[in-house]
Amino acid sequence: MALKTEPIVVNMGPQHPSTHGVFRMRVTFDGEIIKDLEPVMGYLHRGVEKLAESRTYTQFIPLTDRLDYLASMTNNLAYVLAVEKLGNIEVPPRAQYLRVIMAEMMRISSHLMAVGFMINDMGAFYTPLLYMYREREKLLDLFEMVCGQRLTYNYMRIGGLSHDVPPEFLPALKKFVTEMPGFIDEYDQLLKENEILLARTKGVGILSKELAINSSASGPVLRGSGVKWDIRKADPYLVYDKLNFEIPTGTVGDIYDRYWVRMVEMRQSVRILEQAIEQLPAGEVRTALPHLVRPPCGEAYGHIEAPKGELGFYIISDTGVAPYRCHIRAPSLINLTALKDMVVGRMLADAIITLGSIDIVLGEVDR
Amino acid sequence: MDWLHWIIYVVIILVFVLTLVMSFILIERRVVGRFQLRLGPNRVGPQGILQPVADAVKILLKEDIIPSKVDRVVHLLAPIVTFAPAVLVFAVIPFQQAGPGLGFALDAPAAMANLDVGVLFVFAISSISVVGLVMAGWASNNKYALLGAMRTIAQMVSYEIPMVISVLGIVLIAGSLSLADIVDKQNIPFILLQPLGFFIYFLGATAEMNRSPFDLLEADSEIVAGVNIEYSGMKFAMFFLGEYAYALAVSTITSVIFLGGARFPWGLLPQSFIWLLVKILLVFFVMLWIRSTLPRVRIDQLMGFAWKFLLPLSLINLFLVAAEGMLPSGFTWPIVALNVTLAVALVVIWANRFYRVGGAKVA
Amino acid sequence: MTIPLSGRDVAQKVAEQFPKAVNLCDGACLWVEPVSIVEVARYLRDTPGLDFDYLVNLTAVDFWEHFEVVYHLVSIKRNHSLVLRCQLQGRQELVMPSVVEVWRGADFQEREIYDMLGIRFSNHPNLRRLLTWEGFPGHPLRKDWL
Repeated sequence: MALKTEPIVVNMGPQHPSTHGVFRMRVTFDGEIIKDLEPVMGYLHRGVEKLAESRTYTQFIPLTDRLDYLASMTNNLAYVLAVEKLGNIEVPPRAQYLRVIMAEMMRISSHLMAVGFMINDMGAFYTPLLYMYREREKLLDLFEMVCGQRLTYNYMRIGGLSHDVPPEFLPALKKFVTEMPGFIDEYDQLLKENEILLARTKGVGILSKELAINSSASGPVLRGSGVKWDIRKADPYLVYDKLNFEIPTGTVGDIYDRYWVRMVEMRQSVRILEQAIEQLPAGEVRTALPHLVRPPCGEAYGHIEAPKGELGFYIISDTGVAPYRCHIRAPSLINLTALKDMVVGRMLADAIITLGSIDIVLGEVDR
Repeated sequence: MDWLHWIIYVVIILVFVLTLVMSFILIERRVVGRFQLRLGPNRVGPQGILQPVADAVKILLKEDIIPSKVDRVVHLLAPIVTFAPAVLVFAVIPFQQAGPGLGFALDAPAAMANLDVGVLFVFAISSISVVGLVMAGWASNNKYALLGAMRTIAQMVSYEIPMVISVLGIVLIAGSLSLADIVDKQNIPFILLQPLGFFIYFLGATAEMNRSPFDLLEADSEIVAGVNIEYSGMKFAMFFLGEYAYALAVSTITSVIFLGGARFPWGLLPQSFIWLLVKILLVFFVMLWIRSTLPRVRIDQLMGFAWKFLLPLSLINLFLVAAEGMLPSGFTWPIVALNVTLAVALVVIWANRFYRVGGAKVA
Repeated sequence: MTIPLSGRDVAQKVAEQFPKAVNLCDGACLWVEPVSIVEVARYLRDTPGLDFDYLVNLTAVDFWEHFEVVYHLVSIKRNHSLVLRCQLQGRQELVMPSVVEVWRGADFQEREIYDMLGIRFSNHPNLRRLLTWEGFPGHPLRKDWL
């Protein structure tokens, strides 16, 4: 006589210690094996795209900070690049190099948090996370030196930066850059050969190359699956074409590959920082523009390689002071498309770390 | 005057257990904090000494919420059934041996009941707390609690067996099940004679206590506190204290069986319960060390590790001990060296050739 | 650099295959009839030489008299990009076929367009509101909502 079993639907609700924000998953289990997973989002929806239509171009910049609040400068950068593309506005070279420096510092900070929290989800009771926070604190101190803020920076402006960096910033940054590779080695030493980490991440949450491209995944998720696609090399913006760096790709597309891609990207970011500091020209940091920027009629899609993936702003202007339509292409939302395929057939514990390895931020998913 | 003996020992054991459990709570938070590059709690009282008191007061003042559809009797009894065995275990621990000691001499081992079957008593009683956890999971009328309870049964039962078999090796060497006798026979600590046994016992005990890296039961990033999810107030405090009391019990058993109990190594100084205390703290420190560094294993990896790695190794260990017992005595240091090499070789070979935690058979 | 393909060149190729599909073309974009979007999408994805296998962005705009659905496509192999657009006239009962079968990444983005602007996508496996709750009145990003 066959044993009658029934699938059970568990709601990993919006309040949960490891869903990285208010994110809900309705998971259908058969014992411990996952049969179906349905993500439910929208708990942090604030209507940012609608708000954009009633804010001037410069007034919208602080709102972009709150999208991916763990890597705020890159949101500012993407928006400002889109508006500059729309209005054909030139940016002085010093501002471009400083923007690259800020973006790469932001990338290191975001990856430290992403890797730290993913390992925290695995149960290593905060220790790796707090070690990575030690470095992130140094980065946040540097940011505070520049613009007075630790989380939502509001530093970029249309046509450049809002003000120049203070003189004590560059020596402090140089000191950080010389120490950082040593710290990344320390993390590697603790984590790379850890048997339990390997056992939990190898072969888990696999995303194949074709599915990754078809699901429009981007960032470390796409590169972990073996696709060598990075906007900084494919469609260079700012001064990335003058800097030397490499793009890591994984092989299988499991969680370990994404973790490894993020660690190598941190090293490459340090390399970019070293070169940018060396090549930094003198000059002004902002083109003179009227207070109320009115780009000509038209549309533009400006995209950058944010730490989480490809962040794009699609702006349509009708020569008013506010955009006609501003759409945000959020990498975290689109990376979630493949979550179900990565997780079906595995166990609950794997689902949690797979979500951690995609690295979502709810501010971006919900806008 | 038997009843006087019982009363004195009851008082001693209760004071011992309660103070040490309270200080373990504080020590854990401070030491784990230092591992994580931060200070632990140090505000309440000098160096945070009053922190456990503050915790206790907070928990006592909390409202005791009982969900409406629970099984009342089972829900009430579960914390008690979990906490009591951890304290009961101390009835057979010899705090100090018979003979001359630091400060005062005794004519019988200082244990509440110097049973001839001490080891058996310890393992039998500590298995009862599993029943308590299952009662809690069942009575809570909650999917998460039920999931947690199912995982608990599987984990506890699987890890009992290698643990007990590895202690059997010690019993073979000492020739007696009584804990006081085991301590008496340790002219060199048994950890040197039985490194593999110690390794297996320690891992098994870590899993029995639901500590990292085997703490799926309370994995607060997955099933949000597991079995304890519907408990609040003093009942939750009982579970919490029970966990630390069990940790204390395991540390004590490890110190008595493997590290020589109240004796000072090589008899350089007279024996005293102070050395027992030091050893308990040392074992606890190692447990905290492991907790702060390693991530958690998955449930299927956990089961595989118990049945395919620890169990075969513990059986091999038993055979080796029996074989060495047939050699004439007096060869202590060569046997120590042989055992240490064998232990390291076995673990390395088994891990590389037969089984890895990843669950795959390594071909 | 990602080369933005000229709408006119691609329009010629697409018009050969699907004569009635192409509406307009421009230096930068290509307008296509909504009913034939799935076939054109599949053609663009599978033809060697075009190879648009990556859907970068799918969004929609409310232009008062008509709505426009905009597809930004990129080819990872060849590193060129294209903008594809569809016009839907009127403001009520806007329906068009879904491209989820061609590019999986369109899944959440089409749900968001339905939620925010009220354009229904037929053949979408799970067309429900994404960011607002079930039963939310209206479609927030329309120009006449508030």
